[in-house]
Amino acid sequence: MTDTNSSLGSSAAAWRIGTTGIALIAMLPVLAIVWLALFPSENIWPHLVSTVLPRYLSNTVILMVGVGISVFLIGVSTAYLVSTYVFPGQQYFAWLLILPLAVPAYVIAYLYTDLLEFAGPVQTMIRGLFGWELARDYWFPNVRSMGGAIILMGLVLYPYVYLMARASFLEQSPHLLDVSRLMGRSQFNTFLFVSLPIARPGIAIGIALALMETLNDFGTVDYFAIHTLTAGIFDVWLNMNNLGGAAQIAIVMLTFVLLLIGLEYIGRKRIGFYQSVGRFTRIEKIQLTGLAKWAAFMVCFVPVLAGFFIPVGMLINYGITYFEQSWTEQFREYALNSLSVSIIAAICCIVIAVFVSYAKRIEGNAWLGSASKLASMGYAVPGAVLAVGVIIPLAVFDNAVDGFFRAQFGVSTGLILSGTTFALILTYVIRFLAISIGSIESSFSKISTSIDMAARTLGHPPFRTLRRYHLPLIKSGIFTAALIVFVDCMKELPATLLLRPFNFETLATHVYLFAADEMIEQSALGALFIVLCGLIPVIVLSKTISSSQVLVRQPN
Amino acid sequence: MKILLFATLGTIVLMGFSQSDAANQVNVYSTRKPQLIQPMFDEFTATTGIDVNVVFAEKGMLEKLRSEGVNSSADLVFTADIGRLSDVKNAGLTQAVQSIALDSNIPASMRDNENHWFGLTSRARIIVVSRERINDGDVTTYEDLADPKFKGLICTRSGKHAYMVALTAAMITHHGIERAEQWLAGVKSNLARRPEGNDRAQVKAIKEGACDIAVINHYYIYKMLADPKQKPWADAVRVIFPNQNGRGTHMNISGMAMTKHAPNRDNALKLMEFLASEKAQQMYTQLNGEYAVKQGIPLTDSVKAWGDFKRDPVNLAEVASYRRAASKMADRVGYDD
Amino acid sequence: MPPILKVENIRCRYENQSAVDSTSFELEQGTLACLLGPSGCGKTTVLRAIAGFQKLIRGSITLNNTCISSPEGNIPPEQRNLSMVFQDGALFPHLTVEKNIAAGLHGNDKKKNQTIVGEMLSHVRLSGFNKRYPHELSGGQQQRVALARALAPKPRLLLMDEPFSSLDLALRESLGQEVRDLLKNIGATCILVTHDQQDAFTFSDQAGVMRDGKIEQWDTPYNLYHKPATRFVADFVGDGVFLDAAILDQNKIWSELAVLTGDLPDDARRGQRVQLLVRPDDIIHDDESKMTARIKKKTFRGESYLYTLVLPSGSEILSLVPSHHNHAIGEDLGIKLEIDHLVYFHDD
Repeated sequence: MTDTNSSLGSSAAAWRIGTTGIALIAMLPVLAIVWLALFPSENIWPHLVSTVLPRYLSNTVILMVGVGISVFLIGVSTAYLVSTYVFPGQQYFAWLLILPLAVPAYVIAYLYTDLLEFAGPVQTMIRGLFGWELARDYWFPNVRSMGGAIILMGLVLYPYVYLMARASFLEQSPHLLDVSRLMGRSQFNTFLFVSLPIARPGIAIGIALALMETLNDFGTVDYFAIHTLTAGIFDVWLNMNNLGGAAQIAIVMLTFVLLLIGLEYIGRKRIGFYQSVGRFTRIEKIQLTGLAKWAAFMVCFVPVLAGFFIPVGMLINYGITYFEQSWTEQFREYALNSLSVSIIAAICCIVIAVFVSYAKRIEGNAWLGSASKLASMGYAVPGAVLAVGVIIPLAVFDNAVDGFFRAQFGVSTGLILSGTTFALILTYVIRFLAISIGSIESSFSKISTSIDMAARTLGHPPFRTLRRYHLPLIKSGIFTAALIVFVDCMKELPATLLLRPFNFETLATHVYLFAADEMIEQSALGALFIVLCGLIPVIVLSKTISSSQVLVRQPN
Repeated sequence: MKILLFATLGTIVLMGFSQSDAANQVNVYSTRKPQLIQPMFDEFTATTGIDVNVVFAEKGMLEKLRSEGVNSSADLVFTADIGRLSDVKNAGLTQAVQSIALDSNIPASMRDNENHWFGLTSRARIIVVSRERINDGDVTTYEDLADPKFKGLICTRSGKHAYMVALTAAMITHHGIERAEQWLAGVKSNLARRPEGNDRAQVKAIKEGACDIAVINHYYIYKMLADPKQKPWADAVRVIFPNQNGRGTHMNISGMAMTKHAPNRDNALKLMEFLASEKAQQMYTQLNGEYAVKQGIPLTDSVKAWGDFKRDPVNLAEVASYRRAASKMADRVGYDD
Repeated sequence: MPPILKVENIRCRYENQSAVDSTSFELEQGTLACLLGPSGCGKTTVLRAIAGFQKLIRGSITLNNTCISSPEGNIPPEQRNLSMVFQDGALFPHLTVEKNIAAGLHGNDKKKNQTIVGEMLSHVRLSGFNKRYPHELSGGQQQRVALARALAPKPRLLLMDEPFSSLDLALRESLGQEVRDLLKNIGATCILVTHDQQDAFTFSDQAGVMRDGKIEQWDTPYNLYHKPATRFVADFVGDGVFLDAAILDQNKIWSELAVLTGDLPDDARRGQRVQLLVRPDDIIHDDESKMTARIKKKTFRGESYLYTLVLPSGSEILSLVPSHHNHAIGEDLGIKLEIDHLVYFHDD
């Protein structure tokens, strides 16, 4: 991407100012939090360091390492299998494997607890078989534990890695693989030493996304009583009413994320390879036989079964059983609320991401590069903390405007922004901008920079170049990004709880309120709706993935 | 696509602005679960024609209120425990309310001495034990919970939850920091499992044999008895009102306060007075199994069946003042580890 | 005729390194020029500067008497009315051939655009390919479409960045010739950037050899080969060796092979020791000749052999010999020297 050094048009300033503005707005909550952390009203930091912080830290590290390993193993193995081999159901797994993305981590946590707890069907059956009566009579793994959290979060977060890894595997030039085979490497070693390293940037992005989700998660760790940094933020802020302390823990979390981003960045830089829109032949898939065929099937089937079909089956079951209590006028209103805020947030994310990525592409200076990184920082901030970071500056703004109007005209403007869905959408946009920027930048990076130069020398100014020649080429990237942002907004919980206006419930808050009260059955319909909304884009997603491949990389 | 976008944007802008215009309403920020207070609000709306808008903000209500400042549209704050109620007051976000109706319906011990907050219901923090595995009389006080003979038998929810914090704060009030901390560490070392779940989950754990003793709010038993799925859990435990031979059982309140900048002050006052009235207090008792603050409200049968008991008369405001110390204490003893 | 393009003393930085410095040249209307040099010499940077993708730190670029680039200001690439052809073709993969070619036609007259597209396609001998997509074309076809696209808007100047380097050798030469004929036909002015002297020879009227961001020599391809201005140019363009030599007087040079006669520059001083450039075609095979050299190595080139010969002194020279003169390694070969242009450089 460093190839286009500079454009010399008069519009250069507009791109620069726009991007800087976006980065500033996206940074504002973080700045508010840093400010709070530095100047807390009561400094609780010494107490935190001497008591709970080490535990928060170690739990967070264990959870992240665990989830990182599980999403890597599931995501990469399945992506490699479906993009390299032919085995039963392989063409269906290509999109089936994305499905768990539609299931929020907290929902799967509620459901598996329901399924595997003492009174659940599994343990009841075991007790029946062996004649046990009490929990102390036998040992059964506790779902509500660190191990449970790692497995369950891995099951719904691995599609991030799967999607990225699969795209990388499909884009790899088959010639590279052929060369490796000719040099005497086995199929597996070729995977290990050629395919995997080349796919590393994609996999790194996928893992980074999954781990940021992990850091953000509140629903699951809250339910499982695992004291991570996020849970710590909630505790210090909400139970101890010490926002400064929460901000201080948030800073600790931010360093985690900076590490993640830094690692990913270094990885990308070191590889530094550059894919042009070339004439790749499609990789010839290898037919698996015998045991291997079924082993591949199982590797792909288990994550889909456990991450999607079991939870969705349970939701459908509860949804039908409790339909009368669930399908209400209010429910439909919540659904509409969820849809509208999510769609708007997704559109905003895309527009901003295209703007920022394109500005970086045509201007290409160091500042714009860091500006797009800064604009992506929101993803690192847990939803709840981000909500505080958003509400503080918005309230300052609102009160300033209000004060001005009261003083000048004697009228009150009230809370223009902070009491409305604007605050909610702004938070969603800041939070999920990283997804859209990441996806769109990587789409842009696949377009040869000589395309830009060709368009410009043919008389098309930057904006028209973008509209005519880039947008059609990055269409699938835009689609992917929009859909992931949409689904994430539908699922978003902590920030929504804090920022929704009066009488404005989303499906997520609805599900949380009931599920946290151990009434998952009554809220199953809502959860099911979230999952189904997530499914529509997943289906479209798999279609665009395959059609864009036809467009860009047709066999000769 | 564009039309959809503009339509949705338009709707949202309208939603944003319309809410501040409607006059005949009262806005509530609540940390109590909406389903526990909604019936009373519905009744209020039916009687007065005033709409009640509720934001359930279990997390971060105080911060939301603080940052919204003068422009907050919240009129009333509802909480499920004394700690948060006094926090809101101490943060300077509430105002004093003078009302003869409130003063006469709510006893002085159940409201703020400066009339900032008012209790609406009270609840006992009770001990429940397995009917089968714990003998009558083995556990009679909160202090017993720290007795090493119960090692591995106790379940509670998180030591950082408001209800547990209030109990610890009460222990600090009675025994001082040092002894309270010994007690909390003792309870911690008796825990059968890492604290998880809500109060109902602890009763369930006793039923399932994961532990034998738990600490919960009394009305959960009432609610569970009414739920076909949870009734067997409640049936498995015996209810103990602790410290009957001493200071009495630890009580907490759910309550309300008017925000400092309440835009619908009159309606808010109407709602407050309504909730303290005979009608609403009866509903609280009947629907939630809580104890009314107003004198002379009959208990529901199953609650009445537990008999009269001695309540800890300690000043709730004093207990609330130890809330932060109690929370830090839970961190120090690693209660939730 | 005034020059259409004037590049005056320009300096550019690329990724914080000086990429181009003190570079100047001019082009007349209808000239096919070439920038030749090893990779990293700054030739592409010059091209990008002319196109408007590269800022100038110093100097100026003038097109048709209008200053288009200077440190003070620049006209954006899209307003320069010049076209560019890239190594990878840079065809828009989502558009058909005709839409690609029409991309630079901004008039609203669709019929006229259609006509131009048709003309361009016939120019590049791809008539009938209108509805194809880039991925359905071969590499050579893609480059021809890229050329058609670049020429369609009738640019004042055509810039080509290694357009033939991704093609195979045979295609490269034929397409180079073809493109030259076409451009000459329509009277286009063009700058081609390449690292391959053969491209420069087939294609250009004038060429500049670049090294470390500077133009070492700007001349006709013939002169670059036969009258290189610097030792680097002599080395880079064509084969050849340097033999020890000494200046005898104003028109005589002594070398191991012979005493040569020719016009020497004014600064040639008697007794000066120099290095004489000897091209393979300067050494003629002659069985009659008394002068012989031993064959050390030979490379078959089809129509000829390139022999590496060792002189009695141990110096090596190259000789291009028609391939029916097949001699074995180790044999002595009779040679004679026929140098038309005396090119020498001073010892460093």
